[in-house]
Amino acid sequence: MSRGFAWKLIVILATLLIFVYGIFGIPGGVSRSELLSALEKRISLGLDLKGGTHLILQVHVNDAVNVDTDNAIEILKSGMRSSKINYTEISKPDPATHPEQIVIKGVPPESSSDLRSLVQDKLPDYESNSGANNSWTVTMKPTILADTKERAVQQAKQTIENRINELGVSEPIVEEHGLGQYQILVQLPGVDDPARVKNVMQSTALLEIKQELGGPYSSQESALQEHSGVLPADAMLLPGHAAPGSDEGQQWYLVSRASAVRGKDLRDAQPSRDQNGQPSVSFTLSNEGGQRFYSFTSQHVSDSLAVVLDNRVQEVASIREPIRDRGEISGGRMSEEQAKDLALILRSGALPAGISYLEERTVGPSLGSDSIRAGVRAAVVGMVAVLIFMLIYYRWAGVNADVALLLNLIILLGFLGYTGATLTLPGIAGVILTVGMGVDSNVLIFERIREELRNGKTPPSAVEQGFRHALTTIIDTHVTTIVSAIILFLFGTGPVKGFAVTLSFGLFANLFTAVFVSRVIFDWVLSRKRVGEALSI
Amino acid sequence: MEFFHEPKIDFLGKKWYFIAFSLLFSIAGVLSMLFWHGIPQGIDFRGGTLVYVRYTHPPNVNQVRSQLDRIGLHNFRIQPLLNSNDLLIDLSLRETSEQELDRGKTQITNALQTSAPAGKQDLNNSSSLALASYLLQKDPLHLGTDARARYTAIAQAIADYRDKSKGGVLASFDELRGVADPAVVAAIEDGFYLSDFGVYQVEIVGPQVGSQLKKQAALATLYSLAGMLVYLAFRFEWIYGVAAVITVFHDTLITVGAFSLTNKPISLTVIAAILTLIGYSNNDTIVVFDRIRENLKLMRRERLADIVNRSINQTLSRTILTAGLTFLTVLALFLFGGEVLHGFSFALVIGILIGTYSSIAIAAPILVAYQDWRSGRRQAPAVVSAGTAARREKAKAKA
Repeated sequence: MSRGFAWKLIVILATLLIFVYGIFGIPGGVSRSELLSALEKRISLGLDLKGGTHLILQVHVNDAVNVDTDNAIEILKSGMRSSKINYTEISKPDPATHPEQIVIKGVPPESSSDLRSLVQDKLPDYESNSGANNSWTVTMKPTILADTKERAVQQAKQTIENRINELGVSEPIVEEHGLGQYQILVQLPGVDDPARVKNVMQSTALLEIKQELGGPYSSQESALQEHSGVLPADAMLLPGHAAPGSDEGQQWYLVSRASAVRGKDLRDAQPSRDQNGQPSVSFTLSNEGGQRFYSFTSQHVSDSLAVVLDNRVQEVASIREPIRDRGEISGGRMSEEQAKDLALILRSGALPAGISYLEERTVGPSLGSDSIRAGVRAAVVGMVAVLIFMLIYYRWAGVNADVALLLNLIILLGFLGYTGATLTLPGIAGVILTVGMGVDSNVLIFERIREELRNGKTPPSAVEQGFRHALTTIIDTHVTTIVSAIILFLFGTGPVKGFAVTLSFGLFANLFTAVFVSRVIFDWVLSRKRVGEALSI
Repeated sequence: MEFFHEPKIDFLGKKWYFIAFSLLFSIAGVLSMLFWHGIPQGIDFRGGTLVYVRYTHPPNVNQVRSQLDRIGLHNFRIQPLLNSNDLLIDLSLRETSEQELDRGKTQITNALQTSAPAGKQDLNNSSSLALASYLLQKDPLHLGTDARARYTAIAQAIADYRDKSKGGVLASFDELRGVADPAVVAAIEDGFYLSDFGVYQVEIVGPQVGSQLKKQAALATLYSLAGMLVYLAFRFEWIYGVAAVITVFHDTLITVGAFSLTNKPISLTVIAAILTLIGYSNNDTIVVFDRIRENLKLMRRERLADIVNRSINQTLSRTILTAGLTFLTVLALFLFGGEVLHGFSFALVIGILIGTYSSIAIAAPILVAYQDWRSGRRQAPAVVSAGTAARREKAKAKA
């Protein structure tokens, strides 16, 4: 046995050991169940195999932009008041699709430079442009707009993650979904009843404290009547509960558009009881929010404020003295459970924007285990068929190919174990395909060796020529397939991605086993033969 | 053992048969796509709601249909599955609300629960959470401080038994005797009943996702083809790349045609299979091309057609063996891989047959056809410009 051969053997055995460790780690024993549990620890299964819920959510990022522009409108109004700039109307012409645009109408030409410098000083994130008929457009800068939207997604992601964690779902995945814009992918393993999780996740819990300007009204129409058909531009109507004790159902309140305090000013929220002993949620504001709340309440002593949750007035109270950092949400006849969930949602942070569901898939655990069974059975049947065929067709060289194939499989599974890549059902199919396509390299080489032998070459030179000629072909075929696999990985989601992963790992492993390992075995066989003895292929 | 001993088949001589064969299947597929089934889209692309239901007995499809009709669902399709106790209810996108994505699913579950006794919940469609909170409230074991944890564990064990050992549906409460304490089972019997079905898989896809995925799938396929074209043009000559892409396009067309003819839905995993077979078919083509390139160097004087024929014959044994072995594994997948992989493995079964055929019958002949066309143009120009004609006359006159 030559020294070169010994080294090659060591390389192969070391690879084998490394990847077997990758598959099993160090198992507690060698019994079937010990090995299986070691395997389960190392190789993570996709949702389609272990069951669970997969959700894709759309974040309505325009909500976050609208909050910012609503505030900008308030700043503009007070700025124009103090700089004595006249205007007839300020509004957002298209808040649904262009929330970043504010239009001011009827600004006299002599105030142009004042308005421009007002925007520059007070609203550095905006730019102003004059239009026809003394109108002006104040628009959020494109970079800031993109940033606001991106931040809304990040914040929503963080919030959802917090809420899911507090609910105690194990190993959830919350990540940005690459395929669309402003989408989030949520995977909840083992959750077969997603309804409650979805409720907790979806509740925007947008908490705002606004000034109450009028109400309660029994309907929207009566509120309009009282303001002779036109609402003040800076006010809005929101639904709310009737005062405790009254028999009336839904009530409407007129409140300011701008909010004194917003959800992000919240520091803590806890379930508690109000003065009537009913379940409620008490909250504490952050320093900054507290200061803002203090200056607001100092200016509006004896006015009323409204606590608004998800655009619904929860509570109306008059301001007796300036308040700094505490408040309470009661009313609405909350149950104790609801108060607890609401406190949790508020604590975990408000969603900066509304979300909706685009896709929901639930795989029951029974289907998952059925799929594993079917996938594994197909893999074993396919594998055994190929192994047996190679033995019959190539005799001793078939043993060589079978060793290479088994090693290929071990390396592939070891890769999965090391990288923590997820094995999905199409992934198992990828393993099977790798076996089928992996054998191609062996067939290419063997056929070439047979051909060279037929042309009268001696076994050692036929083996040498066979490997050399087949190598270029093998590299060409592997590169093109890996290109397909990478594209699949980039464009696919979930199960399909898992397929791309196993396919590429399998191809890399195949390069090693078919080209290197197989060659070493041939060399070893040849070294034990006398000159002129035939090769079993 | 050897299947082919130095075969000498004149593949190029049979090109008209090949062309007829390919045209027949391509045209049948295209006609079906245009006038018959269209391109049947899976839930991933068309959107909608799929609810997979498992019964304790083979279900009566007509009864299920009337149950759904009664609650006002109309745009649905009921499809029996491989397992005779299973049923797939396919609700079209029109019945899938964008605001409340899972409404269709809830409606279906409610509609099927016909024999619900008043005030009882359906154990076959309850989550372990619901069961746990029920047990906690009833407290059949009179547990003390750790009641919540204990009942949660018991509820989980019962749900696991139902889902993992019984395939998702319990037929009778007696089955629980081995899993939980008799007192617990009695308490469950008080508050629950067993419907004859359980929902084991739900897929709901809103309209937005579908159009997104369609775009992505188309892009993925195009990029895949472009990547291949570039690589082959770089490694060989551009005409080899073109020939490979035409071949792969031919394979894809026929495979998609097969889905259209058999009216099987094309899902995301089917697209993955199609991309795989693009890779596979390309493998086959490259093996032949590689041999042609090698032989071109060895046999400079021979006609390209002969070289191509010889190259195909030399690699034939490998082509058939690999195709056969891959086909074997894919067939195992098709037969044993279960419902979920059905479309995926169907695409591969068709694709491997076509992909192997096309590398012999389409790719290599394109090379020859191109060369014939080019050299034909050089030797006997069909259209001679006035200037050339005049020069030729002059040359004749001189001679």
